[in-house]
Amino acid sequence: MPSVLPIGAPAPLDGSLPVQVIEGATSRTFSLYVHIPFCAVRCGYCDFNTYTATELGGGASQDAYAATAVSEVEFAARAMDAAGLPSRTLSTVFFGGGTPTLLPAGDLARILAAAVEQWGIADGAEVTTEANPDSVTPESLQVLAEAGFTRVSFGMQSAVPHVLKVLDRTHTPSRVPLVVQWARDAGLSVSLDLIYGTPGESMDDWRRSLETALSYNPDHISAYALIVEEGTKLAAQIRRGEVPGIDDDDHAAKYELADELISAAGLTWYEVSNWSRTPEQACRHNLAYWQGGDWWGIGPGAHSHIGGVRWWNVKHPTAYASRLAAGHSPAAGRETLDAGTRAMERIMLEVRLGSGLDVDALDKVGRHAMAGLIAEGLVEPAAAFRGKLVLTLKGRLLADAVVRRVLPD
Amino acid sequence: MSPMARTAPVPAATDPAIIRNFCIIAHIDHGKSTLADRMLQFTGVVQARDMKAQYLDRMDIERERGITIKSQAVRMPWEVDNTAYALNMIDTPGHVDFTYEVSRSLAACEGAVLLVDAAQGIEAQTLANLYLAMENDLTIIPVLNKIDLPAAQPEKYAEELANLIGGDPDEVMRVSGKTGIGVESLLDRIVRDIPAPVGQADAPARAMIFDSVYDTYRGVVTYVRVVDGHLSPRERIQMMSTKASHELLEIGVSSPEPVPTKGLGVGEVGYLITGVKDVRQSKVGDTVTNQAKPASESLGGYQDPKPMVFSGLYPLDGTDYPNLREALDKLKLNDAALVYEPETSAALGFGFRVGFLGLLHLEIVRERLEREFNLDLISTAPNVVYEVTLEDKSVRTVTNPSEFPSGKINEVREPMVAATILAPNEFVGAIMELCQGRRGQMRGMDYLSEDRVEMRYWIPLAEIVFDFFDQLKSKTRGYASLDWKAEGEQVADLVKVDILLQGEQVDAFSAITHRDKAYAYGVMMTSKLRELIPRQQFEVPIQAAIGSRIIARENIRAIRKDVLAKCYGGDITRKRKLLEKQKEGKKRMKMVGRVEVPQEAFIAALTTDDSSKDKAKK
Ligand SMILES: Nc1nc2c(ncn2[C@@H]2O[C@H](COP(=O)(O)OP(=O)(O)OP(=O)(O)O)[C@@H](O)[C@H]2O)c(=O)[nH]1
Ligand SMILES: C[S@@+](CC[C@H](N)C(=O)[O-])C[C@H]1O[C@@H](n2cnc3c(N)ncnc32)[C@H](O)[C@@H]1O
Ligand code: SF4
Ligand SMILES: [Mg+2]
Repeated sequence: MPSVLPIGAPAPLDGSLPVQVIEGATSRTFSLYVHIPFCAVRCGYCDFNTYTATELGGGASQDAYAATAVSEVEFAARAMDAAGLPSRTLSTVFFGGGTPTLLPAGDLARILAAAVEQWGIADGAEVTTEANPDSVTPESLQVLAEAGFTRVSFGMQSAVPHVLKVLDRTHTPSRVPLVVQWARDAGLSVSLDLIYGTPGESMDDWRRSLETALSYNPDHISAYALIVEEGTKLAAQIRRGEVPGIDDDDHAAKYELADELISAAGLTWYEVSNWSRTPEQACRHNLAYWQGGDWWGIGPGAHSHIGGVRWWNVKHPTAYASRLAAGHSPAAGRETLDAGTRAMERIMLEVRLGSGLDVDALDKVGRHAMAGLIAEGLVEPAAAFRGKLVLTLKGRLLADAVVRRVLPD
Repeated sequence: MSPMARTAPVPAATDPAIIRNFCIIAHIDHGKSTLADRMLQFTGVVQARDMKAQYLDRMDIERERGITIKSQAVRMPWEVDNTAYALNMIDTPGHVDFTYEVSRSLAACEGAVLLVDAAQGIEAQTLANLYLAMENDLTIIPVLNKIDLPAAQPEKYAEELANLIGGDPDEVMRVSGKTGIGVESLLDRIVRDIPAPVGQADAPARAMIFDSVYDTYRGVVTYVRVVDGHLSPRERIQMMSTKASHELLEIGVSSPEPVPTKGLGVGEVGYLITGVKDVRQSKVGDTVTNQAKPASESLGGYQDPKPMVFSGLYPLDGTDYPNLREALDKLKLNDAALVYEPETSAALGFGFRVGFLGLLHLEIVRERLEREFNLDLISTAPNVVYEVTLEDKSVRTVTNPSEFPSGKINEVREPMVAATILAPNEFVGAIMELCQGRRGQMRGMDYLSEDRVEMRYWIPLAEIVFDFFDQLKSKTRGYASLDWKAEGEQVADLVKVDILLQGEQVDAFSAITHRDKAYAYGVMMTSKLRELIPRQQFEVPIQAAIGSRIIARENIRAIRKDVLAKCYGGDITRKRKLLEKQKEGKKRMKMVGRVEVPQEAFIAALTTDDSSKDKAKK
């Protein structure tokens, strides 16, 4: 989760939710996100809400973290009951970070077990954890699988040492095939995260990363363009001219190469930055974000959404823990979306999906724009005739421009 | 030395013999307003505790920039030899753009204090304003100011001044507006040397309008100098040029706050309020008379100043057009020099072509419109007026480059100015080089003293009005001063350079330049625009052309990527806010054909790099 929090209305300390969240709840899935705000080192490009031991100034909170997270799970269950929400089993759970696997596997298992105890878990539920290649062992992965995890997403980022170096990654490339194999042995489905467009990365470097990643036969790949976030070390390095800046044309060419090679390996795009081997192996947790599902986000800086109400927790682990210790909601702010905003968010999110957006979700302006978008090769004509707005390859690269054009004025 | 007057002469009943009307004139920053401060203080019209520096510079813009833009008249009592006199003092602006303000003020006076900075000596506007005062037959009192400065050279400059106006260096007074030294003697001298006004008390009233200001609360406030007869409250007055008549609701003097009086008599300076809301009904230069007993002949007003520089002013938000019109109408009330007419631009929509006295005037008008009327404006690149003769001998006046005829042209005439430059003689070479590069013709050169020269040039207005002054300053380490006035015109090889975006001409960027400089303009503008216009989904060629001939070209490559491809997790709020911001940005785009041009690009492309802000400060 990016670490700059939005500005919203204050959130009530008792965690109470407005009545509107009940409406249509039975038809929405319920998911859980668990944020683990710790990393061994801070990567220069990363602005996620995460802390190294030195940044925290004392390791104690890392040991106590699982217990704190469990207390928010219990708080969540009470708040949802109090709001009159129907009881729904967990359809997906996602442990993200930070580096979740920096905590002992048992801690993650304990948090998951607490959640299952509160809500129950659906048959065939997807339970993912993010992991850095150097923070797992065969044993830890085994523990996770036994605890109910079904999927692991490794931050591979690149197969090229000089690229990994610019990214401040600590793992060696040769570790990735090992951890993939261990995860498989434990029965986990495997996803790999890649980053393209790192300063100094050539087209050949990127091709090598893609080919290497694909040679491990992942079930899923996420390929993200490197974003230079304000306030990061990378941003400062670029500003001072120590490393070259980012070039959009380079990003575009690398995205095209990614789509070409990943598709050729038998995976299909289902979101601008995500490809899966089969539709079932698409990350259902992320799809829930994009398709308006309900989820509770556990942890500092975590975001939640239930029935058109979005809120986010305080950022710092210490502040977060003390809120919960006092029996208060850790929410820092929230917003209640009106119908227009919900319609806008739906367009913004679903346009990016392989399944596309229902053209019916567009107003007159949006539908009017469709013809032009088809003519410019940004939208698939065949899908449009079936009533869906689905982006072409060129359209995916210009997705934000497409969204701006189909939104109401 | 005189004490502060014990009793001030009562307006409306003041014998002209005890009235003295004078203005303070000088080069910019030589200390007119500061000297005025001391006079206000010593005559007791402003109490010490209410005093602030440059008291009469009241507009925010004047205070911020530390310059005077509008003249201010104040009535002050002063006693000499046991007689209380009424002094009407007018503080004037020093910047060349506002010379017309000075000439209006001069017409209301019998004398002028010619102020010269004792550390700087005579400068170009010293000469220009002195010349205007002599034309008006005013009595001149030469004064050296800032004698408190360690760098002051009173001996040297007294000599220089005496040489200039004739007379003895000992007659040049020495004061400091800052410390107040010499100011009381100066007031005495004013009483002694400046003639009292003369007029016929029993003749039909005639008063000259020398300023007319719109005030939100009081409507139009008209400043007059009574020449003959008498004006009283509640009488019906008539404007001699329009014959329009109004009831005098209030009449009074500025001291410096408005003080209503029983009227104004011969030689007095004061203000009138009639409830009129439109300044045009109370025109500067017009003569006010009594409707029942009108004068037969008007006083003969001033000529309206001629605008020198034109620019298109457009509201950023098209719906502000009526507000811009209203704002211009209001400013016009206070600014006779402002002329405008509606125009439309394909790129910028509805706006006005506005004429200005110079770049500082442009900048100040624009700033006042934005600030006092809450408008966001784009102004197009300023240009001068051209006379274009077509092959059929018909003549067209072009104030907007996009109206430059495209057909067969016989000749183009451009306005010329007589420029006077004063500088230490070591810079003569550099100045000559600069002026030659600007197509100037040298008319003469004189030594004012051993080491100061006056150089005179005949030079195209278009060449000096933009960045010339900055260049002059930088080439002379700040020592040169410049004055100019319009003088004639010349035939020149001028062409219109158009800027095209994707083949579509952008009228707001067209410029008329000398053929030799067309290429430089084309290259500058196309490369500037390439930086400023964001990439579009298609390639956008930017061209500069003279007629159909392309002289410069740049290219904006098509954008290939416009998507945030990063893992945002559940923070959808942040993503939406970003989108909302982009959407807002899109609304501020102007369409040129299919090309979306951000308003900021127009503003940046049309902003000249020189800043006349610095110009105002010497
Ligand atoms: N040391 C010193 N500084 C002075 C004196 N008189 C004016 N100044 C300074 O000179 C600067 C210009 O003074 P102003 O009174 O604004 O000059 P001005 O002639 O009214 O300027 P414009 O109205 O813009 O033409 C200010 O910084 C004053 O403080 C003086 O007698 N001694
Ligand atoms: C929440 S991060 C954490 C996962 C894990 N700690 C790791 O780094 O492997 C998930 C993914 O976001 C991507 N990411 C992080 N910062 C990014 C940035 N500035 N630009 C693009 N992708 C970024 C990386 O690919 C990373 O694997
Ligand atoms: S390991 Fe992952 S979460 Fe941690 S700093 Fe690096 S990219 Fe960010
Ligand atoms: Mg002044």
